[in-house]
Amino acid sequence: MAEYALELSGVCKSFGGVPVLKNVDFRLRKGSICALVGGNGAGKSTLMKILTGIYTKDSGRLRVNGEEVIIRNYNEAKKYGISLIFQELSLIPTLTVAENIFLNKELRRGKFLDDKRMEEKAEKLLESLGLEVNVREKVENLSVGTCQLIEIAKALSDNTSILVMDEPTASLSDKETEILFRIVEDLKQRGISIVYISHRMKEIFRIADDITVLYGGETVAAKPVEEYTLESVIDYMLGGKQNEQLMTWKDRTAPIGKELALKVENLCVENLVKDVSFEVHQGEVVGLAGLMGSGRTEILECIFGLRRKTGGRIFLEGKEVNFRNVREAVRARVALVPEDRRREGLVLSHTLRDNMVVTNFEQVRAAGVLSAKKSNAVSEKAIRDLKIRAESANTRMVNLSGGNQQKVVIAKWMNINPKLIMMDEPTAGVDIHAKSEIIELIRGFVSQGHSVIFVSSELSEMMAVCDRIIILHDGRKTGELTHKEINSEEVLQRAIQI
Amino acid sequence: MRSKYKQRVDLYQYMVYIIFALVLIFFALWLGPSFFSGSNLLNITRQTAMVSVMAVAMTFVIACGQIDLSIGAVVALSALLSAWVLEKSDNLFLALLLALLVGTAVGTINGLLITFLKIPAFLATLGMMSIIRGSAMWLTATKAIAIRNDTFNYIFGMGTVAGIPIVLIWTLIALALGHVALKHLAYGKKVLAIGGNQSSALYSGIRVKQIKVIVFAVMGFASAFAGIIYAARMKTARYTYGDGDEMNVIAAVVLGGTSMAGGSGNIIGSVVGSLLLGVINNGLIIGGLDTSQQQVVRGAIIILAVALSTFRTKER
Repeated sequence: MAEYALELSGVCKSFGGVPVLKNVDFRLRKGSICALVGGNGAGKSTLMKILTGIYTKDSGRLRVNGEEVIIRNYNEAKKYGISLIFQELSLIPTLTVAENIFLNKELRRGKFLDDKRMEEKAEKLLESLGLEVNVREKVENLSVGTCQLIEIAKALSDNTSILVMDEPTASLSDKETEILFRIVEDLKQRGISIVYISHRMKEIFRIADDITVLYGGETVAAKPVEEYTLESVIDYMLGGKQNEQLMTWKDRTAPIGKELALKVENLCVENLVKDVSFEVHQGEVVGLAGLMGSGRTEILECIFGLRRKTGGRIFLEGKEVNFRNVREAVRARVALVPEDRRREGLVLSHTLRDNMVVTNFEQVRAAGVLSAKKSNAVSEKAIRDLKIRAESANTRMVNLSGGNQQKVVIAKWMNINPKLIMMDEPTAGVDIHAKSEIIELIRGFVSQGHSVIFVSSELSEMMAVCDRIIILHDGRKTGELTHKEINSEEVLQRAIQI
Repeated sequence: MRSKYKQRVDLYQYMVYIIFALVLIFFALWLGPSFFSGSNLLNITRQTAMVSVMAVAMTFVIACGQIDLSIGAVVALSALLSAWVLEKSDNLFLALLLALLVGTAVGTINGLLITFLKIPAFLATLGMMSIIRGSAMWLTATKAIAIRNDTFNYIFGMGTVAGIPIVLIWTLIALALGHVALKHLAYGKKVLAIGGNQSSALYSGIRVKQIKVIVFAVMGFASAFAGIIYAARMKTARYTYGDGDEMNVIAAVVLGGTSMAGGSGNIIGSVVGSLLLGVINNGLIIGGLDTSQQQVVRGAIIILAVALSTFRTKER
């Protein structure tokens, strides 16, 4: 019997010449839980996608139960007993629980589906996980947490021996998290090996046996959990702080204004944002820091008129505002660079020019008609000012890289001459060069006396540009740090982990 | 890689013109000068005017990611309403006003059902199609109404200006308005943005619901106008007018290079698509095919149109 359920050694993978994984080693002991941690872009997801056959590795070896295998697609991964619990749920909402569990492996009696047996088996399976769910209920009527647990049940019905869980608690309530942990413990007892990916250190220290830390596509630490402290894990995640020179604070060229640009008082949005208050001065960059689901995005969308607030007040330059739609926010010169540029920021099939003009048609109108000359001028100015690498204003967005697409989203909002621009993860999936350009852009923007609210999962970026950072946890504000108070990324990491 | 992608898209955009040219050459070889006579070509523009006018408006509907099946029924209702007013009062202005107003109202209701009640456009307009066709039958107890107002019949039917059929002029006006609105007004860009990525449009501050309602209202107006042309050309109104036209119009638009997936639109292509369908109909009749054979060929053309549309969607 091999000691390891899973052994990856010397795995390399590049995308378009950019190495994402460099000689990564990863081992999972049989019947244990190994946490895989690392910052954004460290290569966790890529590694797991290689493991489950969604990507193929450029080089390296993979052993499952001591036997060298090649996995070309998800079905082959399943054959070796590897299952992935997707971050985006893979259940089909309009089918019942039982139908989902037995999807594509339906039990039959002769030619016909054996519904009764499938329902009984599904019931037993869920019972063994300590879940009480009606298996005839449609998945769309269940909570996200329950779905996550059913997702696990589905994986187990495949004779899984290796389970990969990617941020499983991101959308779970505390109670559901407890149930999940109980199930995970139980699975471990049954000899199932688990790869547990999470940003939440408290959870990891509670359930994991080993921790492997990735940084910049390399394995920087792999040892039993007892040999780590919270500080040391964070230290490893930051690559031994080597990255500090990339994103460093630059002293402001213009002082922060005295006047308030924005004041948020006791803001509530359903149960997503609870009683949050903060202020943004003119010429100031304020960061909202927190884990996924901490209410960051909801606060921004509420200010922007995309969501209704359920309580509290919002003041813009001293006047109370209550935007009912985006147009009203735009008229008040407030902009939002949304979290998901592909889904919310752009029309990918259209040209750069058509994406640019959409926020401000007045600017490119001549005698009531859109002027091609003006539209081109606006687009070419954006290409120059933001150093967008595009052939021309006529280039389709699909042909641009992530960083350049993001610059177009920022440019289209700069077009309305905003006084306040809110940026939700503007650097996600953007290369390091474009990242620093975006940070520089923010600095230039606030030096003109305008204000920015900046949200990022990459704390080093927030430290590089934010004058103040509001800490959010589960929709509540749990702290506020000025730039001076944050002397290391650790301080910030600890703050959002509480 | 990149240039290859561009070439394919461009080729697709010109597909309708290529097919149009091929079809013309085919009929020229088969039928000779009788097909290419001036009077026959003008006749084709007369026969296709209604579909062309509706195809212009339908381009916006499809570019916006929607569909409207009620337009054929609106044609019938509008034809009957204008004929009915002319019979009762012989007031040309009142006849036009009522027909166009009702058509626009039907379109607006379609838009409201789709945006505020969130009924899928296919079902909302399918239901509306039945309601409107039924109302048209009810209005006249399925009887035809003759139109004796010569001004009406001239301006919207068989009249000519300097040898050019007036209905061709109406078609060209619709074409020009549609083209300018789609390519040179903010309205067109907004419609395309909604069809291309609705949530991006919403996040960009476009009033998605309002634009959709306008798109459907204009579609209703255009259908009512097409109904008026029908009535004037035939000097009669019947509840059967426009039956099945929604499919011809959709086929014309898709043939013209507008993708069913939304986000793109080509007004000139739509009108050429409509002419192409007209040329095929006309050629097949002159060629002596009977009605059943015409239908088979027409069906094949529609499948070709849809095949090209999905071909491009896959390329993305």
